[in-house]
Amino acid sequence: MSTQRKKKTDSTAEKDNASPVNYAQADINRNLSKDDKIKLYTDMVRVRRFEERTLRAYQQGKIGGFLHLYIGQEAVALGTCSLVGKHDHVITAYRDHGHALALGMTMNECMAELYGKATGCSKGKGGSMHFFAPDKNFWGGHGIVGGQTPLGLGLAYGVKFQELKGSCLCFMGDGAINQGAVHESFNMASLWQLPVIYIIENNGYSMGTSLERSSAHPGKLAERAEGYGMDWDYIEGNDIYQVRAKTHIAMERARNESKPTLLEIATYRYRGHSVADANAEKYRTKEEIEDYKKNKDPISRFQKQLMEEGVLDDSRTKEIEKLAKAEADESDRFANESPFPPMSSIIEDVYWSEDNGRQNDQQGRIFFEVPNS
Amino acid sequence: MRKITYRQAIKEALIEELRRDPNVVIMGEEVAQYNGAYKVTEGLLEQFGAKRIVDTPISETAFSGLAIGASMLGIRPVIEFMFFSFCYVSFDQVINNAANIRYMSGGLINCPVVFRGPANGGTNVGATHSHTPENFIANTPGLKVVCPSTAYDAKGLMKSAIRDNDPVFVMENTILYGQEWEVPDEEYLIPIGKADIKRTGTDLSIIAHGRAVITALAAAQELADKHGINAEVVDLRSIRPLDVDTFVNSVKKTGRALLVDENKPFCGVGAQIAFHIQAEAFDFLDAPIARVSAIDSPAIYSKPLEDEQLPNPRRVVEAALKMG
Repeated sequence: MSTQRKKKTDSTAEKDNASPVNYAQADINRNLSKDDKIKLYTDMVRVRRFEERTLRAYQQGKIGGFLHLYIGQEAVALGTCSLVGKHDHVITAYRDHGHALALGMTMNECMAELYGKATGCSKGKGGSMHFFAPDKNFWGGHGIVGGQTPLGLGLAYGVKFQELKGSCLCFMGDGAINQGAVHESFNMASLWQLPVIYIIENNGYSMGTSLERSSAHPGKLAERAEGYGMDWDYIEGNDIYQVRAKTHIAMERARNESKPTLLEIATYRYRGHSVADANAEKYRTKEEIEDYKKNKDPISRFQKQLMEEGVLDDSRTKEIEKLAKAEADESDRFANESPFPPMSSIIEDVYWSEDNGRQNDQQGRIFFEVPNS
Repeated sequence: MRKITYRQAIKEALIEELRRDPNVVIMGEEVAQYNGAYKVTEGLLEQFGAKRIVDTPISETAFSGLAIGASMLGIRPVIEFMFFSFCYVSFDQVINNAANIRYMSGGLINCPVVFRGPANGGTNVGATHSHTPENFIANTPGLKVVCPSTAYDAKGLMKSAIRDNDPVFVMENTILYGQEWEVPDEEYLIPIGKADIKRTGTDLSIIAHGRAVITALAAAQELADKHGINAEVVDLRSIRPLDVDTFVNSVKKTGRALLVDENKPFCGVGAQIAFHIQAEAFDFLDAPIARVSAIDSPAIYSKPLEDEQLPNPRRVVEAALKMG
């Protein structure tokens, strides 16, 4: 019986040893050029400055709806998405701005989407929770907790069906772990040996409910993989080198052996569940938040590491800051000045067959209340 | 012309499309090794192998979502719900994902997936296995729904559904599976969104879909034989898209509309049909629009009552005679 149980992967076993593992020296990180490292750092800063700018726009009443900020979690999206190759796919939940920018979506199209403008990545039809860029292998941006996990299964199934060496990174928050869809997906991922890596971004709170108040299982969330015969690992998510090193192992397992993995990446969000979360400092202490910002911030940590490595210096850091801020400001200007989508677009992009000129053999009505022309 | 069963017609459609397009995959509970709970997929595993004909665990949410996810990459999954009642288990996948992803991505993505299976009451299995969700699905922009009433229609519509680049729900009927109709040997497709006049008439338009069409045809025969009323029977075939012109033109011709469906009445398909008739043929109506639907309660188990709960020829004839 116990022989069938999946163990934590080797990388974590190393961590359990007395001497800490130097993840910077893992092959996947050692092979990074100086420019690669600076790009990783720059993108982390870009994600944060972008989100800070979105918050301002929200507070100014320029954007509405939900705004789930990723601030504090940047090393997760950048660390994982920087490993994505041609046949790797990414899908996530509603806290999706970081993944979108990490995969190469522009601040302009993302900000314009938040403004509900025609120049947005989804033409103003998706909003904050629903960014998509299939040309960059980014399949959303999904609003229902856990609802994207079966889709991730399908992306991995597609890769396997097409006999490609690829994988799917399917993200969720810690709140998703108690959704039925997630467990059905874990079972099928393992049963069918699909190349999917389920990643729990564990920021400690499912909205305002702590782990202790939402999960019966006392151990790591990722341990639940053992019930499905799936490999799992636990990652300190403010260390981008560790995120990359361990995610890489899981992706290689997916690509080469077509096997799923469940990764739990410990992280922290500085802001509330969404900007509308008025209780963000009530279900946790101010001290807890401050401790993270001061001592565990993923960007500060990476900056310090890169300075020690001689990759970054003060002037370069300042330059990166300045450019990221300018880019974020420019995206706000772009979004602000962009037009809203025309009324006629409200019934476009519903059906492929309608958008592509009705197929000759198609008849009948498909819309039943249409905008006045 | 040869006659084959509704079940065989659907199987032929699946076989032809599996041969035509290597991206077509059949997936669902018991579809492969067990040969299908209703034997629609019998023999397909042997013919096409385990990569194309795939048994799933009883996890409607996961395999429905998997199909939608795979369809985004160009796979064309045909998902069998053993009963369409089970699609409620995966409603989040069907409604939030299959229907919305194209829209929320600004048209960047499309989901060429088919969900098929029996969607009917009348089989003495109680409320949980007797749902007719065509109105729920048709209420959701982004989805298409067809309800074939004959073997000929089932084959032609299924082939179109599999080739369609949008999510299509093909709602079959277990009571029809064993019945035979003429189906040609040569290949054909039936466009999604085209109604069919199954019987021409002059006095009354009976508008129906799915097995209610068969009920309507039996009633029309009785109306002709015993009451001298010449009823036209319009088979919607597709609920969304909806061929409004065909049934509106029929009502303009006959002056009377009787709507028959096995759907529940409140916010059911008939309500939408009635709206279009009053909006577009008001001046042609010689009587108020009448309707025969399922009696408005959960599907009852007890067989004699269940037979009355669903529209039957007697109820349809009575309703027609009341229209004066």
